[in-house]
Amino acid sequence: MNPRTFSAVALGLALFAGAPAEAADYTIDSKGQHASVNFRIKHLGFSWLVGRFDTFNGTFSFDDAKPEISKVKVEIATTSVNTNHAERDKHLRSADFLDVAAHPTASFESTSITPKGDGKAAIAGKLTLNGVTKDIVIDAERIGGGDDPWGGYRQGFSGKTTLALSDFAIKKDLGPASKSVELTLDVEGVRQ
Amino acid sequence: MIIRDTHTGYGLITRLFHWLMAIAIVVVFGLGYWMVGLDYYSPYYTLAPDLHRSAGMLLLFALLLRWAWRLSNVHPGDEELSRVERIGSKIVHEGFYPLLLALLVSGYFISTSEGRGIDVFGLFTVPAVVSSKEIGQATGLIHKILAYITMAVAAVHTAAALKHHIVDKSRILKRMWSGPA
Repeated sequence: MNPRTFSAVALGLALFAGAPAEAADYTIDSKGQHASVNFRIKHLGFSWLVGRFDTFNGTFSFDDAKPEISKVKVEIATTSVNTNHAERDKHLRSADFLDVAAHPTASFESTSITPKGDGKAAIAGKLTLNGVTKDIVIDAERIGGGDDPWGGYRQGFSGKTTLALSDFAIKKDLGPASKSVELTLDVEGVRQ
Repeated sequence: MIIRDTHTGYGLITRLFHWLMAIAIVVVFGLGYWMVGLDYYSPYYTLAPDLHRSAGMLLLFALLLRWAWRLSNVHPGDEELSRVERIGSKIVHEGFYPLLLALLVSGYFISTSEGRGIDVFGLFTVPAVVSSKEIGQATGLIHKILAYITMAVAAVHTAAALKHHIVDKSRILKRMWSGPA
């Protein structure tokens, strides 16, 4: 890995110890769609309702040797919420939930990364959603990385966190089983 | 029984269209107004929109048939009206058709904007023609605004009909109720 200049919005995730080099900058591959921002929430306590945000972009910086200096930043267009149901998506975009007219962008930016070993890490950062910014922790895992077949170099991660709807001023009551939502980010970055 | 409209009054088909659609439009409006405020755990949370969508699609078909019927019939005269009343009634009567068409089509787009059709009373499905979140989002507000405009125009229409009946003592309301003299 070559040394790279940090971009202003570099972001990093955890990595194996022992690999060479300094943090490199990656752009999340939203163009090739090797990335997704998914969520799921219990429906009545009977099943998982799964949805995703179709439009987002992000960057990260990552260093095998020093995962703690990695950084990550993701921006999500809340209007792109998609649960494969027109009327529900319209409701999710309304002030009952995401209020996308007032808050068209959700974002996450890491503040510190704590390696947990074995390719895992806890990524602390600030999540802004529905106009509310809160500190959250994403449990992340490095899935893999290396040269791709087309001349590029990639790193991929999976991250998961659970958010209480009330923490982000989402007032709509979906019942006692549906107070929180699980957020999963599966991202592959292409080294710049 | 006179089926077609004449120069003195409305035939059976027009009168059935008029009164059945008038009732349905007001009921479906009330249903729509009520259903959007329902709690997630209301027993009507899924039933009310099902009925609203189904009735809306039937209204759309009825509107198209009625429009065709209107265009293929003569219209009763409006000689007893003042110039202002004649222009006003023309705007309201002619305006109702495009207004209702826009209202019903906008509702159709809310439900079908992600490519899924509308089930009508479990009998058949009106297919979707687009798949666009932007259309679904835009038509939501449009549908609401058009619904209020429709109710406002209906109120003007009703007030005018009652004025002709009670104040002017004309046959205008009667000819929509009991047909040509």
